[in-house]
Amino acid sequence: MTIRPGIRPAGDRAVLVELPGNATVRKLARLVPRGLAGIDEVVAGHETVLISWEPGRRPPVDLEARLSAMLSSSSTEGEGGSIDVPVVYDGPDLAAVAEHAGVSPEEVVRRHLASRFEVGFVGFAPGFAYLLGGDPSLRPPRLDEPRTKVPAGSLAIAGEYSAVYPSESPGGWNLIGRALIEPFDLHRDPPALLQTGMHVHFVESS
Amino acid sequence: MSGPGLLPSGSLAGLVRVIDAGARTTLQDLGRPGHAHLGIPASGAADIPAATLANRLVGNAEGAPVLETTLRGPELRFDAPVTVAVTGAEVEVTVDGRPAAMHAPFRVRSGSLVRIGQATRGLRSYVAVRGGFDAPLTLGSASHDELTGLGPAPLKPGDRIDLGSHALDAPTVDVAPVAPILSSPVLHVVPGPRDDWFAPDALTTLLGVAYTVSDQVNRIGARLRGPQLQRRTDDELRSEGIARGSIQVPPSGWPILLLADHPTTGGYPVIAVVSEADLPAAAQLRPGDIVRFRLRRPPAAEPRSEDFA
Repeated sequence: MTIRPGIRPAGDRAVLVELPGNATVRKLARLVPRGLAGIDEVVAGHETVLISWEPGRRPPVDLEARLSAMLSSSSTEGEGGSIDVPVVYDGPDLAAVAEHAGVSPEEVVRRHLASRFEVGFVGFAPGFAYLLGGDPSLRPPRLDEPRTKVPAGSLAIAGEYSAVYPSESPGGWNLIGRALIEPFDLHRDPPALLQTGMHVHFVESS
Repeated sequence: MSGPGLLPSGSLAGLVRVIDAGARTTLQDLGRPGHAHLGIPASGAADIPAATLANRLVGNAEGAPVLETTLRGPELRFDAPVTVAVTGAEVEVTVDGRPAAMHAPFRVRSGSLVRIGQATRGLRSYVAVRGGFDAPLTLGSASHDELTGLGPAPLKPGDRIDLGSHALDAPTVDVAPVAPILSSPVLHVVPGPRDDWFAPDALTTLLGVAYTVSDQVNRIGARLRGPQLQRRTDDELRSEGIARGSIQVPPSGWPILLLADHPTTGGYPVIAVVSEADLPAAAQLRPGDIVRFRLRRPPAAEPRSEDFA
């Protein structure tokens, strides 16, 4: 099957590539840095990839063909990896999330633990990973009033995403617990623990 | 994150003491591009040509750390003789009370007080010293990132900054011709990537009406005031990567022009992106400036992608 990426200009030296689904996003994000010359940044988003070239460079005319070839390749090299993340489900919004889903808080925890998450993309803050693959019954909207301070390590859900806040920041997601990890550490290489394409499994910590 | 004040002091090259930090003065180099996929902005000097010119004037490598001022510059006491250059926003520079020229290297004696005054046009001036400033690197860069706080903290009175070892040959450029910074610049834009999320007249409005720069300007972006840009849809855009120079439109309809420390992803549609050549002028916009946008067709692509060796 040929996938024809939609290419939208993002200034003179970047394009936003629209893709059908987040699996192709992860594939392209993995292959572009190795397959095209002069790349500055490759930023995965929800069903998009922003590709920017180094200062002074421009996207090549045969970009669409090059991207199509990457998407139809069978390469799985360098894919994801997986990580178990210990969590405590004691967040202030657990009850509200349960009420929204029409189930008990214990059932929210059970469904969240049973989900197989994958990092769709990283953004918002250094090391903030948008996790896809959560249980479809658990999709609470964002808070009407974002909190001005969300503690680092908070496990949160909003819409179809789950995430762990890597540092204290404002935030509008529902806090259902705490993850016992350091999502962002400058003294680690790479500093972000969770990266696009990685499989994430939450494990309840006693 | 250690501030410059925490650096060990008294290197052989000498040091600079911060007497007055100015309105907001940060260390900047060419930033830390290549980490956006981890949520880390490229950061670096907002007006890159001005920063690299300052370095060339004192005979440094172009990417040596420099000071980036904001509207009102710092007062610095030098404890060693050194060559200095100031570029970017037009500002009065004095050495022990005597005026010094911008865009030209000048010599400072040990014990001299260098004062960078209030910018009369433009927002950010750059101060380079021969050898560069010595600052700890975070992910390969000495740039302070206003969004994430990465890099050395903004200067504060009492800080001591060592001089570094970024000098190349002796400076050969005496004075550099520079285009004046305008208080009502025209910035060329490429429409998209989400111009189709807006009402049909939104792009016409953006291109046809002058916008005023609000007082909400920092290294992340500049909020503009003028006609609100109406969206065609109330759908929520899902997070996507953003390019430097993006003109993002939040629900208020007032555009935000995103600069060096912009978030790597965002959920507000981008109606157009300022072209690379006009990013330095965008970085010099100050509150009250009038900015006009003009269409720039997407440029010719490179003939063919180079094969990746």
